[in-house]
Amino acid sequence: MRNNLILTALATAVLAACSSTPTKTEPVKVEEVKVQTPAPVAKVTPPPVPAPVAAPVEKIAPAKPLDEAKVENGGFPPKGVAGALGQRTIYYAFDTFSVSDEYKPVAEAHGGFLGKHAKAKATVQGNCDERGSREYNLALGMRRAEAAKSLMTLSGASAEQIEAVSFGKEKPVDAGHDDAAWAKNRRVDIVYQGE
Amino acid sequence: MKLSAFLVLSFFCLALPARAELALEFTTEGVRQIPLAVLPLAHEEVVTQSLTPVVAADLQRSGLFRTVDAGGLIPVPAEPAQVHLADWRARKAEHVLGGSVAKLADGRLDVHYWLLDAVTEKVRLTRSVTINANQLRLTAHQIADAVYENLTGEKGVFSTKIAYVVKGGGKYMLKVADADAYNEQTVLSSREPIISPRWSPDGRRMAYVSFELNRPSVVVQNLATGDRKTVANFRGNNSAPSWSPDGSQLAVTLSRDGIAQIYVIEASGTGIPRRVMSTRAIDTEACFTPDGRSLLFTSDRGGSPQVYRVPVEGGNAQRLTFSGSYNVSPRISPDGHKITFVQQNGSTFRVMLQDLDSGQTQTLTDTQLDESPSFSPNGRMILYATRVGGRGVLALVSADGRVRQRFTTQAGDVYEPAWGPLP
Repeated sequence: MRNNLILTALATAVLAACSSTPTKTEPVKVEEVKVQTPAPVAKVTPPPVPAPVAAPVEKIAPAKPLDEAKVENGGFPPKGVAGALGQRTIYYAFDTFSVSDEYKPVAEAHGGFLGKHAKAKATVQGNCDERGSREYNLALGMRRAEAAKSLMTLSGASAEQIEAVSFGKEKPVDAGHDDAAWAKNRRVDIVYQGE
Repeated sequence: MKLSAFLVLSFFCLALPARAELALEFTTEGVRQIPLAVLPLAHEEVVTQSLTPVVAADLQRSGLFRTVDAGGLIPVPAEPAQVHLADWRARKAEHVLGGSVAKLADGRLDVHYWLLDAVTEKVRLTRSVTINANQLRLTAHQIADAVYENLTGEKGVFSTKIAYVVKGGGKYMLKVADADAYNEQTVLSSREPIISPRWSPDGRRMAYVSFELNRPSVVVQNLATGDRKTVANFRGNNSAPSWSPDGSQLAVTLSRDGIAQIYVIEASGTGIPRRVMSTRAIDTEACFTPDGRSLLFTSDRGGSPQVYRVPVEGGNAQRLTFSGSYNVSPRISPDGHKITFVQQNGSTFRVMLQDLDSGQTQTLTDTQLDESPSFSPNGRMILYATRVGGRGVLALVSADGRVRQRFTTQAGDVYEPAWGPLP
């Protein structure tokens, strides 16, 4: 597929359609062109800190004893099990990386599960909202994943059972561009091997 | 100083096999634009693709040229002696580009072109090339490069290539195209994200970050053969490749030790990664300086992400950015004297330019959510990604902030642009 990109004007333009062009022509964008003097020195204005948006789930019940028969291949807890072990996602407030008190039971429950099931392995996947540098977000998501991993190891898992990775802002669950979408995207997903 | 804006508008009927419209606009402030007449080539009708509209579009896009109407010219001069320079002076042209094209028996084409100074009436440039019929656009870009270099003293970048990622239809595609976005080709199509493409200094290989292996890993792909090699796939994240100027090594970000840190690896993927610094902060987005001796990078070691420089062998890092609390994605100009990066200011993220000698910074863009700026190989333009109308688009701004353009797309999000080297 060629020429998917078209170099276009943001101009005070009159559409000049080529009479020889058989393809559908898109009107040239008519936009006001602002002429501004390049600022010689950037203004130093600290960005306002947005109010933290509440994490998008209700309070999590503590983990209940798990029916071992339901543990598939000793590998992972069944999805949808009641309590914290059934929850696979930890959400984060804006610009935070440590697991909040609200979500500690989730990390602890999975850490405990891994501690009891030595063969089980999990990946904790850090994610960010869409604002800012892709690479820097990749590093930020890693911090979230590492914080979750660290809490899980304190709850019984061995470090070898857990790989922390980050997908930065590349895998949003909500494609929106507002606070609510961003709150859902600032998360760590716990994914078991073999699931 | 009184500011003035020239709005120059041109329409080209591009009788191309690959159909597209090219419309362009730029604002200039006090930039002297060289008035140039681009004459049709004598016998240009023998080729399927007219060259001169491509030449004129290239030169205008630089913001440094204003083309003088050359319509209705009969007969079309084939040689400089056939040009009535007084007529062109009357039309306010300072220079005249012309030439001829001829088809050879074997199907190849002879393209002859010359550039005249309309004032002194001297021939500034004359050149002949024999090309294959499928090299017409490339030849047009090369003519534009020759004219640009002759009249500005700088290398032209019209025959360079750009890379970028297109996301759409559930796929991520790494694409390469000519600098004017024609001749788009897909380097990789994947169901998983692709970010951070970087051209090798010789333009033959591309390093990028792929999520295909369920973690970000660094891949080097040979552009001619399509051969791919995963060169960094350690536990955790592997990302942010930057080529050393000799093309033998890559600076990468690895999180094998927990937090994102910068390492240098062989571009072949062999050997043991060498950690450049040991910090407890995020260090990422390394970029080699043109002399290969230092790395620019982003770090939040001071509490907020800022741009630093460190010798490539490690040691003390020097902070380079001080205004604002979020300065990321640094790239250095080819002459090593300027850096571009993205600065957050409230809810906007904009491309900045900083002079390393004076420390002066300048906001170059008026868009809102800018990412991934990269210099053209002559240092004059900066290509970056931004969002317009909810979609990812690519945009260009001159390094002095005076010329601005935008690539718009028909579908999907376009992001992560990278400007390739001079051919």
